[in-house]
Amino acid sequence: MNIKENYRYTKDHEWLNVVGEEAFIGVSDHAQGELGDIVFIEVPTVGEELEKGESFGTIEAVKTVADIFMPVSGEVIEFNDDLEANPELVNQDPYEKGWIIKIKLSNPDEVNELMDAAAYEAFAAH
Amino acid sequence: MKRTAFYNDHVAMGGKIVPFAGYEMPVQFEGVSAEHETVRKGVGVFDVSHMGEFWVKGPKALEFIQWVTSNDASKLFNGKVQYSCFPNGKGGIVDDLLVYKINDETYLLVVNAANIDKDWEWCNSQNKMGAELTNVSDDISQLAVQGPLALQAMQKLTDTKVTDMEYYTFKYLTFAGVEDVLFSTTGYTGSGGCEIYCSNKDADKVYKAVMEAGIEYGIKPIGLAARDTLRLEMGFCLYGNDIDDTTSAIEANLGWITKFTDEKNFIDKELLLNQKKNGVSRKLVGFEMIDKGIPRHGYEIVDAENNNIGIVTSGTMGPAVKIGIGMGYVPSALSKEGSEVYIKIRDKALKAKVVKFPFYKG
Repeated sequence: MNIKENYRYTKDHEWLNVVGEEAFIGVSDHAQGELGDIVFIEVPTVGEELEKGESFGTIEAVKTVADIFMPVSGEVIEFNDDLEANPELVNQDPYEKGWIIKIKLSNPDEVNELMDAAAYEAFAAH
Repeated sequence: MKRTAFYNDHVAMGGKIVPFAGYEMPVQFEGVSAEHETVRKGVGVFDVSHMGEFWVKGPKALEFIQWVTSNDASKLFNGKVQYSCFPNGKGGIVDDLLVYKINDETYLLVVNAANIDKDWEWCNSQNKMGAELTNVSDDISQLAVQGPLALQAMQKLTDTKVTDMEYYTFKYLTFAGVEDVLFSTTGYTGSGGCEIYCSNKDADKVYKAVMEAGIEYGIKPIGLAARDTLRLEMGFCLYGNDIDDTTSAIEANLGWITKFTDEKNFIDKELLLNQKKNGVSRKLVGFEMIDKGIPRHGYEIVDAENNNIGIVTSGTMGPAVKIGIGMGYVPSALSKEGSEVYIKIRDKALKAKVVKFPFYKG
């Protein structure tokens, strides 16, 4: 299982990478492996202010569909357009090219409530 | 939870194991899309040992099969297989199945794993004529070797000619050194190939020989997920999704396996004949998404005015057709090719159109 060292993680297997007042959000390598071949990602929430834990979109794999949730509260400011033509980027490179949304943090303190890489590794191993 | 004789092979090949119909089965190996393509273009191997097998023997064998199944088993010759279903006496379907004719007094019924107990009870309850029924589901292992290169690859394991076998026929032959293997040119993928039945004790030997013989053809193990996308691209019904105890064979477009000849009396004959003559109010159709979206089992089908008109019974992104495809029951007036229907996906009504099967035309 591939885990990115300086990212934060949720129990729903999203990751968060904070860059200043903004953050990128995607799903972990473990999550993409469980979902299988990803064929469609829908994010209808760009421009919306969402609470921690709210669904910001859905990932469709060939056989399953999964909601993706906000690891922290914030405004969805960008969807990764590359995923429209190439949703498989989430399978191939979940932590870099496969990022899903960029948000503006509304409560940066919430970041500390998320798991760090070591804690997530232990969590995902179960 | 039961395991088939191939369980250790699946684990060794890296299969992701899930519970299915009471068995621990591999849902995928390298990934559903890659596995799907392997079967469409080359050759892939499925463990289908969880399927059930009943022997029907004795002088009343044909009379029993004619009564419990919808198709005309009197048309079978020795070595011929027929797709059929068990009507349930209330206009629904107990199960769909394959009927193999070994000889005039010996037939094999192959039924769905999830329905073995239900089918066995049903068959016994309908056996007033006294055919000899035996449930051998736990004794038989079965591999489906599917794809355009399957027969060529399997020919290496037997001296009996199999590459020229007609679709839906079978032979008993010596295969991979194992005697009396039932070799059948059947399958549920639409890509050709065969199904191989052997006893559990020979399963491991047969599996290893199949994988070895297939190396030069790029043979790979295939999981249940690709089995489902392959059958759905062909528009083949899955029991429990597209057909069940509440759907009739006529509604499900299975009129072609429902035979109303004078010589054959069977369960629900009158009721189904009436449906065939007078029409049914709903029909199972296939549809392709026009708007971007993927239909899933259980999603609502609505009309242009957002009225509920049905439910999606099966749906997926078709790995070969690269579009959202599905099946579902709609009012007969909307069942014609080209009819526009809408699929409710996350509260949005997305446009789809009714198409003819199969979705995948090879």
